[in-house]
Amino acid sequence: MTAGDEIEDIEIQLFLEALHRRYHYDFRHYAQASIKRRLVQARVQLGYTSLSAIQEAVLHDESVLPRLLNYLTVQVSEMFRDPSYFRALRQRVLPHLATYPSLKVWVAGCSRGEELYSLAILFREEGLYDRTLFYATDINPDALDAAEKAVYPLDQIRGYTANHQKSGARTSLSDYYRAAHGGVIFDKTLRERVVFSDHSLVTDSSFGEMQLISCRNVLIYFDRELQDRVVALFRDSLARKGFLGLGSKESLRFTRHAASFSPFVPEEKIYQRAEG
Amino acid sequence: MTAAKVSAVAIGASAGAVQALLHILPPLPAALPVPVMIVVHVPPDRDNMLVPLLKKRCALDVKEAEDKEPLKPGTVYFAPSDYHLLVEKDRTLALSSDEPVNYSRPAIDVLLESAAEAYGHELAAIVLTGSNHDGAEGLRAVTAAGGIALVEDPQSAMSGAMPAAALALCPDARVETLDGITAFLAGLVSA
Repeated sequence: MTAGDEIEDIEIQLFLEALHRRYHYDFRHYAQASIKRRLVQARVQLGYTSLSAIQEAVLHDESVLPRLLNYLTVQVSEMFRDPSYFRALRQRVLPHLATYPSLKVWVAGCSRGEELYSLAILFREEGLYDRTLFYATDINPDALDAAEKAVYPLDQIRGYTANHQKSGARTSLSDYYRAAHGGVIFDKTLRERVVFSDHSLVTDSSFGEMQLISCRNVLIYFDRELQDRVVALFRDSLARKGFLGLGSKESLRFTRHAASFSPFVPEEKIYQRAEG
Repeated sequence: MTAAKVSAVAIGASAGAVQALLHILPPLPAALPVPVMIVVHVPPDRDNMLVPLLKKRCALDVKEAEDKEPLKPGTVYFAPSDYHLLVEKDRTLALSSDEPVNYSRPAIDVLLESAAEAYGHELAAIVLTGSNHDGAEGLRAVTAAGGIALVEDPQSAMSGAMPAAALALCPDARVETLDGITAFLAGLVSA
């Protein structure tokens, strides 16, 4: 390890500590290799010479925070990403959910809402939307704002449409959006039953009695200790026999609470809360 | 230069990767004392077919990398399609869904830069055939950290652009044919 690396590692620790103490954003247990990449990218693109310089800026100037958060949190996603996941929800999970008179679904770490609207469309196609309340949470206010606006770039729609079709679509994706603002805007009836909320998986407590939690490609950014905390949070937020969907390369294997769940559709990383 | 202890190997390959990896990996014994991490550019919607293909032909254990998995010697880890593969300082693997780098996810630069941090001078990194320039920045990070840099000879590589780009940034890297790279890796057994 070179001296430069060592200094940068010290700077990262101090920076994350400062962010936590000043703004209560806690990235201290994020997986280090990725957070470092993102911080270095932020430093270069925001034009700072060192992470210490960003630290000074963000401590004294609140307006730096939102820009920084966009580097630290926003993840690129797409609608119906991994269509086989949505097909498995459609064919295997929703028939179970259809037996409930009312449903709660939590999209944890919803970012700009691509996954939320994919689920909303899926639930509508399967006739469950009107009895479902969706909770869409994220720690980044800009991302939540974008999720609520539901505007996506036009050049993404072809990919979204192909994904939607592969998920076993019963309708056309174009039924749900119209052209606007140089992109497309999704129908506001899709968010009639959505509660957007600022919630941190790191520091906030459980949501009650969900039938389904979908949290994909979020846990990979956490270290094992934080993964354990969040998986316990999901367990405590799920109703009896509730479902948990993770990203295609995520698993509960390396977490402490694996025994609290049983694999339901293992190849799609869909788990069910175990009895007891 | 050969005296340094190598604790891990990281490999990047793109166009022509299948033939190159079929050349260098099958001759290696199960007793290879280091883990081998590999990024190959594959389309995001396709499973990495290299794992089953190489598993059949290799004495080494070949698998797709899992998030938080501890690295073991004698094992080859492939980045899953549509995820970056990184190494943490505690020498466990990490995946990320961050935006593509060099239009690629997984990207070779991402693996090499994080591996250079985790292993420093104990890393050997190899850039193989490919028709883009991914891996060049990563290889520079490897050499900066004191690691060993190997590049497939652009003359004999199926696609010389990627090794040439790596050499342009790391002129001191060792240039080897596929046979030379195989010999280097086999030499780690008795080292």
